[in-house]
Amino acid sequence: MAAVLLIGSVMKFAIALFSAAHAPSSRRALLFAQAALAGGHEIVRLFFYQDGVYNACASVVTPQDEQDLPQQWRAFVSDNRLDGVVCIAAALRRGVLNEEEAQRYQRSAASVEAPWALSGLGQLHDAIQDADRLICFGGA
Amino acid sequence: MAKSLLLISRQAPWSGPGAREALDIVLAGGAFDLPIGLLFLDDGVFQLSAGQNAKAVQQKDLSANLQALPMFGVDDLFLCADSAAERGVATDALALGEVKVLGAADIAALIDRYDQVITL
Repeated sequence: MAAVLLIGSVMKFAIALFSAAHAPSSRRALLFAQAALAGGHEIVRLFFYQDGVYNACASVVTPQDEQDLPQQWRAFVSDNRLDGVVCIAAALRRGVLNEEEAQRYQRSAASVEAPWALSGLGQLHDAIQDADRLICFGGA
Repeated sequence: MAKSLLLISRQAPWSGPGAREALDIVLAGGAFDLPIGLLFLDDGVFQLSAGQNAKAVQQKDLSANLQALPMFGVDDLFLCADSAAERGVATDALALGEVKVLGAADIAALIDRYDQVITL
């Protein structure tokens, strides 16, 4: 199906990210996402799973001379009004909570806020169905 | 028609949450009635090793979740013959029934058959 799309036509991408914010594959995912939009393509959803949830973590502190990837993702998703979803089960397991979950589980720290939404794996499947291509970064 | 998804599971069940989280994608897809396949490749074949004792390594047993696959309507289960042979996993006594054991050429054709692929 996707293979018959003409070169130069607009593609709808779903992007899944599985690696932590300090992994090279996470930087590549952001570069790909930026290039996709710059090329006039559409990103139907970004889905962060497994260690990928750390890319949405606002409490990451990056040394000044290094790239602050969580901050770059936040700006990219906000500026382009993208749908950024963080898997709630993977996030809870790794202590990456928003205010609502922090209250629910009586934890003192929330580290995910807008533009990110915590949601379930159904959002990944929904994005796969909606997109022409699923592009994965940082898998095993 | 719904797009099909092949999940290639490459991690041992005791190497962290990776195998469990890969399986969760498959079960969620099954719950939504999506056409989904699961291929155990490389260290992923250890997930089907018979006679595991997860408690001995202070882990939760993954096999109960694997047994749920047919209940979620996921019947397209595959195992890489080469990966199993390299690791001494006997394919005649797997922890899960109804798994098709495939050689390298069949796996290439399998991957080609699916619309989307996730490798974890």
